[in-house]
Parts: sequence; structure tokens; C-alpha cells
Amino acid sequence: MKENRKQVWGLIAPTLFLMIFIGVIPVIYVIYLSAFKYNVFAKIPFRYTGFNNFRKLVFDPDFLKSLRLGLTFVALCCGIELPLGLLIANLLTLNFKGKGIFRTIMTLPLAMAPISIGSIWVLITNPDFGPLPFLFRKIGIEYNMGINANQAFFTTVLVDIWHWTPFVVLTFMAGLTSLPNQPYEAALVDGANRWQTFRYVTIPLLKPVILTTLFIRVMDTFRVFDEVWMLTSGGPGTATRYVSIHLVRMVLQSMEYGYSSAMSLFLLYLTIIICFLLLTFISSSQEAT
Amino acid sequence: MSGGKKTWRMFLVYLVCILIAVATLFPIYWMFVISARSRLEVFLGPRLIQTSFYAPNYYRPFVQDVYGRYLVNSLLIASGNTLLVVCLAVLATYAFSRFRVPGSNNLFFWTITNRMAPPAVFIVPFFLMFTRLGLRDSQFGLILLYCIFNLPFAIWLLKGMMDGIPKELDEAALIDGCSLWGLLWHVIIPLAKPGIMVTAILNWIFAWNEYLFAAILTSVRSRTITTGLAEFVTVIGTNWGEMAAVSVVCLIPAIVFIGIAQRHIIAGLTFGAVKD
Repeated sequence: MKENRKQVWGLIAPTLFLMIFIGVIPVIYVIYLSAFKYNVFAKIPFRYTGFNNFRKLVFDPDFLKSLRLGLTFVALCCGIELPLGLLIANLLTLNFKGKGIFRTIMTLPLAMAPISIGSIWVLITNPDFGPLPFLFRKIGIEYNMGINANQAFFTTVLVDIWHWTPFVVLTFMAGLTSLPNQPYEAALVDGANRWQTFRYVTIPLLKPVILTTLFIRVMDTFRVFDEVWMLTSGGPGTATRYVSIHLVRMVLQSMEYGYSSAMSLFLLYLTIIICFLLLTFISSSQEAT
Repeated sequence: MSGGKKTWRMFLVYLVCILIAVATLFPIYWMFVISARSRLEVFLGPRLIQTSFYAPNYYRPFVQDVYGRYLVNSLLIASGNTLLVVCLAVLATYAFSRFRVPGSNNLFFWTITNRMAPPAVFIVPFFLMFTRLGLRDSQFGLILLYCIFNLPFAIWLLKGMMDGIPKELDEAALIDGCSLWGLLWHVIIPLAKPGIMVTAILNWIFAWNEYLFAAILTSVRSRTITTGLAEFVTVIGTNWGEMAAVSVVCLIPAIVFIGIAQRHIIAGLTFGAVKD
């Protein structure tokens, strides 16, 4: 038994050490740094300020704006992707030839590097030669993402939809194929039409899958960085400065490590709270059904 | 249901499917088209068909410019990280799967928190820590760093497969006088090989695709291809053809691996939500 225990620790020790080094120490370090005013270029580069960083943070208009923008982005993306994904997934549960090819096509955006997705959309939306501005010009709209804030915002939403709807479709497809047959037979006997079956049988049965997917999508869109960074770098102005982008710009431009740490900590905290709330919601709704 | 109505519906289904496929594939196709055009051709307007191929787009960035080195760095970092993660994950997963280790029930939560945390949150501590330790701008630093997301994911992915290997096999091997290492090497690893391959492939893709940490923690020597791609847009004008070509190269692993192991990759990418 003693020998056994030694073996177990021997097996997980390397993993444990590494995870402490890159997973735990940085978090402690962030907590520590957030209590300091730390700017390499200041007269006194490293000074204890207690909770001042946080006091500054909650009244920082730029940060609050990025938070608002980020949450709008989350709401818009999830609000479009989930219904769209559900629709397509329903379509794909029908039996027809060539379904497999279609599924492969849908996998492609998921495995691509987000940064190259950004560069693809840079090529698509380029005002000089891109097809998207060309199409818009045909219907009389001048499209230039580098100037128009609203267009930039909706372009990032479009890119996110293009990138992640396949994910939603694939998860919903898996959920739909694993549903039990019985309730459908009962609905057929009761004479429910297609819409009623969908509304009162499929959706309640699929609820756990829908909620899990929603959870993953909310967290992913909240921390979106690569594609938007490549596409707009947060511009024009601050139109697409979502939280991650705002944070990175703060670190790179102002070099205020203490303040950035406070912001990081706040975001981490927010992420954990959203995570916790959604997970509780999911498990409580699973118990209810 | 009447035959006519059914045909009509099938037609509609195919129409919608083709529309979605076109919407998915067109941006990728457009990238290939641009990558085959010279500087002049690019600005001739949005023509969809390309008959000629302008090879210097693929040749110049990688041979004359620094992108060849970036490519080598990316390959090194992704492969090194995969090797490290797989080695550690096999050991740890075996422990998690066979013995009662405190915390093994929370493995899923651990993985999911690691995945859900915004990576941007960690750039300040990592930047300062790596500067102090001299790990900045080194391939080794990134190889270590990418474990933060990949290692819990790999353990979580492998655990399901390792739980599937019957315990009696271990016991039989141990009774026959096999040491723990022998058992792992001769029994567990061969049996878990398919699972290990899938884990390795996904891990490799994640490490290859990573951008933020690579951008923050490297400057010259160990930049990766994704960082190089992001640097393409410059003040003096971007060479769009070359940028598209680098994007294509950046994309090749994804396409190749989807070709090899599509089914398993879907399961991994959708985070286990899809199981066949």
C-alpha cells in the first residue's frame, strides 16, 4: 500500500509541478500585483496602493465601455448562432445523401487558426478588392470597416457567426440524434403537427444540450480575441474593443502592470461568476426535468 | 406522404445545404484565389475565377523573408508541446484512472475552468515571470506555457479511454512480474494508442493555432507563424497575395488533420459534446 502511494505521486508529480508553475503561481502573482502601482517608466516604479486600482477600475469609462461592448457582442452572437444552429441541425437530422461531406465542410472553420480566420475576413472586407464591399456598393451602401464603427461591429459579429455556428450545429446534431423515440410517437398519436412537435417535444428534451452549448458559447464570445484583433484591432476608435482586446491594448500601450493586473483579476472574477451562475442554472434545470 | 411533396422537400433541403456550404467555403476559396494573384492582379477588382498562379507569393515570404523561420518555430513548438503533454498526460491519466487521487472527480470542472478563462488575463504575470526567468523569446518557454490549456484537456480526453481498459489486464501483468513502467509501456500505451493519437492531433492543432501568448512572449527568435501572419498589415502597404499565401500555409495542418481523423476531431473540438 505504501509503495502504491509513492507510485501514484510519482506519476502525477510532473503534471502537478508544471500546473502549479504555470497555472497557480500566475494567479497568485496577479493578485499580488493588483495591489501595487507598477509602471516601469514612473519615478517610483513599484508602489503599494492597496485597493486603489480597483477603485479606479470601477469608474474607468473606457473599461466600462469595453465591458458593455463585450456583453453586447456576446448577446448578439449567441442570440443569432443558437437559433440558426438549431435550425440547421434540424435540417441535417433528415436522411439524405452527402450528409457526411456537409459535416466535413462544417468542421473546417472549427479547426482553423482563429488568426487566419481573421486574415481571411480582412481579405473579404478589404474596401479595395474585397467581395463584400463590392456587393454592398451594388446595392448602394458604402462599406468600409476601417471608418464606420457600426459596420465594424457587425462585421465582427458576422465573422463570429461564420466561425462558430458549425460548432453549435454539430453539438445540436449530436443532441438530436440521441433523443428517445417514444415522445415523438406519442406526439404523432396525439396528432401534433411539425411545429408543435418541435416546440413541445424537441425543445424541452434538448434543453440540457441547448444550455450547455449556450454556456460554452457565452464564455467563448466573452473572451474573443484573435479574430477581432486581426480584423480591426479594436478599432475604428473603440468600436470593437471587447474586454480581452481592451486589456491587451492597456498592457501594451500604457505599461501599467498594476492596473492591468487589477483589470485581469476583475475579468477573471467576472468569468468565474458567469461560469458559476450558468452551471448552477444548467444543473438546476436538469434536476427539474 | 405523397411522392411529389417529398421530392419538393428534398430539393429544398439540398438547396439550403448548398447555400450553407457555399457560405462556409467561399471565404476560404477567396483566400486561395488571392494567394495566387500578383500585387497587380489583386487590385483588378473582385473576380472570382483565377487561372494563373503567381508562385512568388508562396516563395518569397518563406525563403527570402523570415517566415521560413517562423514556420520552423511553429512546427517545433507545436510538436514539442504535444510530446510533453502526451508524456505527462499518459502518466497522470493512468494515476487518475487506476488509483483514488484526491481531486480526480473535479477533473471536468478543472478542464472547463482552464478553457473558459480569458487568456488575456494571464499576459501580465506571464510576461513578468518569463522576463525574470529568461524564458522570454524562447521556444522552450512557449512549449511549457501551452501546457496550461492543453494538459488538463489531454488528461480529460484520455481518461475516458483509459477507463475503458480493463483493470484485470494490469493485475495480470503485475502478477507476471511486470514493473509499473513495463506495464505502462507494454500494456497500457499500446491499448490506448488510438486515444493517444487523437489527443496528440488535437493538442498539436491547438498549439499551432495559438496566437496571444506567442505574440506577447516572443519578439524575434521564436515568433510563430500565427504571430507572423498578424504582423503582415504594415504602414507601407500590405502585400495581400503573400498574406493570403501565409494564411494558406497556416491552414494546411487543419485540413490535413481533418482528413485523417475527422470524427474524433469533431468530438474533441466540440468539447465532448458530440460523441459518436
